[in-house]
Amino acid sequence: MRTWEFEQRPVIVSTGTVGGPFEANGRLADDFDTLHDDLWLNEATYEKAHKVLFEEASLRALEKAGITKEQVDFFIGGDLINQITPTSFTAKTIGAGYFGLFGACSTSMEGLALSAFIINNGGAACIVTGSASHNAAVEKQFRYPTEYGAQKPPTSQWTVTGAGASVVMAQGEGPVVTSATIGKVVDMGLTDPMNMGGAMAPAAVDTIETHFRDRKIDASHYDLIATGDLGHIGREVAFDLLKKHGTDIPEEKFQDCGLLIYREDQPVLAGASGAGCSAVVTYGHLLNRMKKGELRRILIVATGALLSPLTFQQGETIPCIAHAVSIEYGGGNL
Amino acid sequence: MANNKKKNLTPIQQEYQQFQSEREVKRPVVKNCIKAFFVGGLICLIGQFIQTFFIYNFNFTEQTAGNPTVAVMIFIAMLLTGFGVYDRLAQFAGAGSAVPVTGFGNAVISAAIEHRSEGFILGVGGNMFKLAGSVIMSGVFAAFIVALIKTLLIQWGAL
Repeated sequence: MRTWEFEQRPVIVSTGTVGGPFEANGRLADDFDTLHDDLWLNEATYEKAHKVLFEEASLRALEKAGITKEQVDFFIGGDLINQITPTSFTAKTIGAGYFGLFGACSTSMEGLALSAFIINNGGAACIVTGSASHNAAVEKQFRYPTEYGAQKPPTSQWTVTGAGASVVMAQGEGPVVTSATIGKVVDMGLTDPMNMGGAMAPAAVDTIETHFRDRKIDASHYDLIATGDLGHIGREVAFDLLKKHGTDIPEEKFQDCGLLIYREDQPVLAGASGAGCSAVVTYGHLLNRMKKGELRRILIVATGALLSPLTFQQGETIPCIAHAVSIEYGGGNL
Repeated sequence: MANNKKKNLTPIQQEYQQFQSEREVKRPVVKNCIKAFFVGGLICLIGQFIQTFFIYNFNFTEQTAGNPTVAVMIFIAMLLTGFGVYDRLAQFAGAGSAVPVTGFGNAVISAAIEHRSEGFILGVGGNMFKLAGSVIMSGVFAAFIVALIKTLLIQWGAL
């Protein structure tokens, strides 16, 4: 069994989302707490700006919940930079017990699943969890220099500049985390780092099917199933693969965070990606829709490609993972 | 090559890769080639104008005008890179903006800008040629091989 059911119903009491200039022009601009019009965020380096993104999102979430840093038991988060330094600096600012995660773009739900599990079992009363990515800092590490003129293929994705954090507590008002399915590494032998959607799709399919099987439910249980950041190609592949396996999900219910965040006319090729992508879309847009009553039960399946620049240069395949967390709001029972 | 790689894959992996490949959006190779041809040609045309300008207005000959022309072209590439335009041009032009000397300039300059935050010695100095280094290496090696062949042909009296 890779699925946890949370009988104590841990609550997401508040969230904080911060985005950059590209996100401000996107479709979900209204769902951000803070938007910056400068990629540098008044810092000397992109890495420092990355840290500030995460700090702002975490502090904003605490402020909205009316909680001080001293009341936080644990901070659980991650990002894509080597040794997850932006997260560790954020942890220093918050000053709580700290778990640093690396799950690439699946980190948001890995953190939420662990937070809910710890709270459900009485291990803490208040946890801050989240993830972040910064377009220029991540591109610098994984691809080419920002200003280098390399033509990207239509399968490549745009790294989100953004951070999403949430405050998870044992008691309070807000959407509740009802269950989580922890993903296993799925590697279909793909090696193209410019087509991560295609590599990650089988991991998302595996986690969704495991979730349904473990909880003995089907797609009709949810109003929305949102994958992390598969993009156009990955989403289509995952949808067709689920259909082939006999898991039917109505097309309009099967969304992707990487496709929700930007407008069609933004030059993002196959869609968005990055550790901040599923975090800002879930903690901003999707939870706002739940609070408006448009959605009651959702399943977020954050997908991650666990490659490094070193492994793909050495010709290794791309190991992928997906973590699913179900969130409910508004008088529902488990 | 492709078949060799496939040998290490399980049948499930092979089946999935086939499945994925059918849904993957391919690079529009013909369209990219046409765009590269015209943008690359346009960059060369600008270079030709500059060279002609140097020959007619200063004391340069066709042989000596090359160096100032290249310097001007790289200077323009530097400005475009610094203002964040060159990478956008490249997304449209592909090889058209990568192959001319301006592409080489862009590779050096973008790396220098990118790693300025790590300081002048380890950052700029250490990383400036991280993309262009392989171009220089290939160029020097290719020149060596060609020179070797020429020398041997002269020795054997073929030339």
